[in-house]
Amino acid sequence: MKYIDEYRDKDKVLSLAELIRKTSVKPIRLMEVCGGHTMSIQRFGIPSLLPETIELVSGPGCPVCVTSRSFIDQAIAYSKLENVIITTYGDLIRVPGSTSTLDKEKAAGADIRMVYSILDALNIAKANKHKKVIFLGIGFETTSPASAAGIIKAQMAGLFNFSVFSAHKIMPPPMAALIDEGVNINGYIGPGHVSTITGSHIYDFIPQKYGLGVVISGFEPLDLLQSVYMLVKQHETNSPKVEIQYSRVVKPEGNAKAQDMLDEVFYLRKDWWRGLGELEASGMGIRDKYAEFDAEKQFDVEVEPTREDKGCICGDILKGLKKPSDCKLFGKACTPAEPVGACMVSNEGACHAYYRYNKDSQ
Amino acid sequence: MKKNDKILLGHGSGGRLSHELIRDLFVKHFSNPTLIKQSDAALLQLGSTHVAMTTDAFVVDPLFFPGGNIGNLAIAGTVNDLSVSGAIPRYLSASFIIEEGLPFEALEQVVITMAEEARKASVEIVTGDTKVVDRGKCDKLFINTTGIGEIRAGAGNIASGDLIKAGDKILVNGFIGDHGMAVMSARNQLHIKAPVESDCACLNGLIDHVFNATGEVHFMRDATRGGVGTVMAEIVASRPWGIQLFEAEIPIRQAVRGICELLGFDPLYVANEGKVVMVVDGAFADKVLQQLKSHPLGQDAAIIGEVVERHPGKTWLQTSIGGNRIVDMPAGEQLPRIC
Repeated sequence: MKYIDEYRDKDKVLSLAELIRKTSVKPIRLMEVCGGHTMSIQRFGIPSLLPETIELVSGPGCPVCVTSRSFIDQAIAYSKLENVIITTYGDLIRVPGSTSTLDKEKAAGADIRMVYSILDALNIAKANKHKKVIFLGIGFETTSPASAAGIIKAQMAGLFNFSVFSAHKIMPPPMAALIDEGVNINGYIGPGHVSTITGSHIYDFIPQKYGLGVVISGFEPLDLLQSVYMLVKQHETNSPKVEIQYSRVVKPEGNAKAQDMLDEVFYLRKDWWRGLGELEASGMGIRDKYAEFDAEKQFDVEVEPTREDKGCICGDILKGLKKPSDCKLFGKACTPAEPVGACMVSNEGACHAYYRYNKDSQ
Repeated sequence: MKKNDKILLGHGSGGRLSHELIRDLFVKHFSNPTLIKQSDAALLQLGSTHVAMTTDAFVVDPLFFPGGNIGNLAIAGTVNDLSVSGAIPRYLSASFIIEEGLPFEALEQVVITMAEEARKASVEIVTGDTKVVDRGKCDKLFINTTGIGEIRAGAGNIASGDLIKAGDKILVNGFIGDHGMAVMSARNQLHIKAPVESDCACLNGLIDHVFNATGEVHFMRDATRGGVGTVMAEIVASRPWGIQLFEAEIPIRQAVRGICELLGFDPLYVANEGKVVMVVDGAFADKVLQQLKSHPLGQDAAIIGEVVERHPGKTWLQTSIGGNRIVDMPAGEQLPRIC
């Protein structure tokens, strides 16, 4: 298949792996902060191609995984209101809240619908004018521009029965927090799709302030291996910088139109991250001028007190301090069918990816 | 978190939750020596005659999709379950649960399809039942078919998987994932128009064609819901051998690969309705492959893996770039990725 097979060429993969092996002398620990990268790395068996000097760890890049349990609890509370339809991306349906999941509430009678994009949610709102339609907005700049566009569209169409419950987040604050917390890494494999929107300058502070490299990577095996190679070279020559490997998509300045739209609808606020706690200016709230489309301002619900499961180490896994296999629940009490922590739910979650693709070799 | 106190969609997905439901509820309460084997069809002895019996319920949204409709599925699904159990399908029953308001023409089209499909597969629909329920009490049309067939001489043990041994080869009769992606793209939510048609077909002719030429087939299963990956995970569980698949050898259409890439699906777990996975003696694998290829339903057949002594009880896939990963049972429905 064009634009895919070229990046999965076995001979090129193996020769690039060989080049990495020759270049890498100093031990290096690299973190990918995008769930899509986690998935690709496991799916293609990339770690089995790398020398012992290189360790890849997964960071907080899966939108479902970093979303707080209290967000799920609040979404469940919304789903119990009269005449409300909850619309959500599929992954979120199975994420455990404190005592329930959206999946279980759906089975119990709540009107919860899986959508593929916010436009589907708008269509549901159009077709159900007598009901309130809430869209659960999660994810980074890969999904937040669509949410912003959806809100602007709803306003233009006068769809006042539509609102967004935003848990949208941005990437740089947790990348800084991880280093501040002393997580031992030597560089970041930067997110490909987020950076398409934001451009590469949002990471400039990482080499400047922390002396670590960032290489924005694509998602195919050759992309990932080339990014690893670029980071290894930076590390070997002590020259940390921001580089774009995924240059066929990512430009340094990003997508200005999408950035304007984000700025029009959202403002930055303090937000809670699984494993990292509260981070200043890391979440995206909806501006007052769009309050009519902000579920938090439209609905008043009582939310149950948040309860975290004992023994779940999702937090440490998201920080790259531990591997999924270090968790005593992993593969036993916690499986994709009965997930305890969010990292086991999404197919971009580190635990899910390890469970599915790699569980014996860990 | 407490155990599920309600049935979730995942319980019907064919993955781990489905298996738990079957084991911990149905098999537990209905327990008998035949059911406990949990094969695609029950193998029974009536007097001196050995027969296979199977049943399947069909629900699909939409009823009509590129390459077929629920009627094709209702015949092929049951015929195929009998065929892979080593039986020659003979008679079917058909029950219809119909939602009030279904256009008569749609029902007629489904019934005509079933009649044609049954004729092609040389089976007769000999009994049936009809129920009509209030609007909203079922989704347009649900069909249940039950089938019985005679067990082929010498094939009585094929469904057990006990004949499989290290050195055997694993074959599939063509492109995987077509049905799942045809149905997916027929649902208008995705706004994808892909040139993919369901592979829905009765496989008894193809299986006859192979058996008439060689008796070296050790196991067969039709890879329906849950796909080829689920079949592999099922047959390897608690066996003294393992399975090694080769991603590069698995036939997948470009369009199916494309939709899967887009949605973040793994084609190994996408449903088929006309694909059989055969495990055959290694020495005869090429002969079986040629025999499959000489039949209209097997032209794109391929050897996709082998039974190995290493990693017993597990299926591993060598990826197209030379890495290795495990193939396990899916936890539930595959969900489109977020970003």
